[in-house]
Amino acid sequence: MTNIKLTNITMELKGRRLLSNVSTEIKSGELIALIGPNGAGKTTLLKCALGLISPTIGTVTVDGSPIEDLSPIARAQKISYLPQMRPLAWPIRVRDVVALGRYAYGGSTTKLTQLDEAAVAKAISDCDLSAFEDRGTDTLSGGELARVHCARAFAAQAPLLLADEPVAALDLAHQFQIMSLIRNYVDHGGGAIVVLHDISLAARYADRLIWMKDSIINADGTPDETMTAGLMEKVFAVDATISKDEGGWSLNVSNAT
Amino acid sequence: MKDSALLLLLSAVSFAAILAACFIGSTVMSPDRLFAALFGVGATGDEIVLWEIRLPRAIAAFIVGGALGLCGAALQGLLRNPLAEPGVLGVSACASLGATLALFYGAAAFSSLVVPVAAITGAISATALLTIAAIHTSSVVTLILVGVGLSSFAGAVMALLLNLAPNPFSLSDLISWTLGSVANRSFNDIALAAPFLGAGLVFIVLSRRSLPALALGEEAAHGLGVDLKRTRIFVILGTGLISGAAVSIAGAIGFIGIMAPHIVRPFVGYDPARTLAPSAFLGGIILVLADIFIRLIPTPTELRLGVVAALIGAPAFVWIAMQRARTQ
Repeated sequence: MTNIKLTNITMELKGRRLLSNVSTEIKSGELIALIGPNGAGKTTLLKCALGLISPTIGTVTVDGSPIEDLSPIARAQKISYLPQMRPLAWPIRVRDVVALGRYAYGGSTTKLTQLDEAAVAKAISDCDLSAFEDRGTDTLSGGELARVHCARAFAAQAPLLLADEPVAALDLAHQFQIMSLIRNYVDHGGGAIVVLHDISLAARYADRLIWMKDSIINADGTPDETMTAGLMEKVFAVDATISKDEGGWSLNVSNAT
Repeated sequence: MKDSALLLLLSAVSFAAILAACFIGSTVMSPDRLFAALFGVGATGDEIVLWEIRLPRAIAAFIVGGALGLCGAALQGLLRNPLAEPGVLGVSACASLGATLALFYGAAAFSSLVVPVAAITGAISATALLTIAAIHTSSVVTLILVGVGLSSFAGAVMALLLNLAPNPFSLSDLISWTLGSVANRSFNDIALAAPFLGAGLVFIVLSRRSLPALALGEEAAHGLGVDLKRTRIFVILGTGLISGAAVSIAGAIGFIGIMAPHIVRPFVGYDPARTLAPSAFLGGIILVLADIFIRLIPTPTELRLGVVAALIGAPAFVWIAMQRARTQ
């Protein structure tokens, strides 16, 4: 059981407030979808939870100890991170990118233990990349590349996963595939927070939805509690009718308010 | 090709190149005379030519080329940019400025260690400045421009020293630092630089594993558990020590650090960590061959190694830059 606790986080950068008094918890066994319009503070929240940036006010703890006290390796063994921006400086092989996921366990592109090899092989087959394994990343399409980065994050097999728009640029089938993989990972004891822009996709897979707008959390609860026309209007400024059936949630957005 | 096979091939070629450098020179030496001299049973004249002139020169060229190839590969990994290199980024220029200052103000008279230390200080200051610039901007262009600025500044101070130089003798001394050469180097010059090269190598080896992770960008690398601060400091210290030590042997020689990694990369799957060792070997080979070429062509005065390296390297630099512009 691993958890990240964010307590009263306020984040200011160059006079702009990116997060205002935000508190939440990310823990094993729960899939959280973080939703909200562009510029709401979703990525900033994830970066704070990872310790990539330090909040102006407030504390972030991992299993009770402040995140800044953890060594980079110890932190990476608990938290795997998939950033929104995924530059690739060199056209390295697909398998090598995925193998980088084992960095925190001493693995490298040239040296992998049997355990590392197994984790890499599983991530590659889970993300449907077996056919590309030996190709250079410069020969892949945007969607294929996105799956390579997902596989890299999965290969770490860390108890917690922070993923910033993992399904952006993916076709529908692969969106469902990646979300099913994350769901499966959470069902087997992992914990995840995922930034998504597709709200019905979020509601279908997540246990909890965090609704953010203008640096604050507007609502935090299960899809059943929070999938309301009122919140859609308040957070996304759209008129929406929401319905739920056995096929999942459907959202009909009529017009911007 | 497996990395071990590649390294074996490169070390064989390195050995052959150094051996070839021992054969070639103003006195023609037949193989049997050369080998007799090599094993200490040759004529005294032959032994002096081999052990005092040709072998130290060939080994100096190999070490300097290797150092520059390694530094190029390491800096390119850290800055995620194939155009980064001690020469282009002004690191070598600042190192020769350091060495020149030490010579000009007579500090070199106190100890033979003063020149290498001054060169390394120059190199580390330049590398640190570049890395600070790299943290603040992700723009490749900005970084190269900072390098150009550093080069120009070091060049301007050198010109000032030339201007103020009291006599022609010190003038030629100053010129030799800017043009770069391995002529008349002794094993003593190499031994002085060796501890710094060794220390630098340790830093590079310690940061080796982090370089491929940096290929994913700094955020992802942080997430993977890379200690970004430590990696930056180690690569700066490592490349500063190594390129500074190289400059203290041969003066400023540019572009080797761009050519060697660029040629090696496709053979190692573009992996920045696996690029390091083969780049070092190839850099060494290129410089040994360039030095043989200098000695072979009949020019009134011997060409400077740095001049030849720039004549081959600068067009290669432009070509790589244009290739990049096309793919981006």
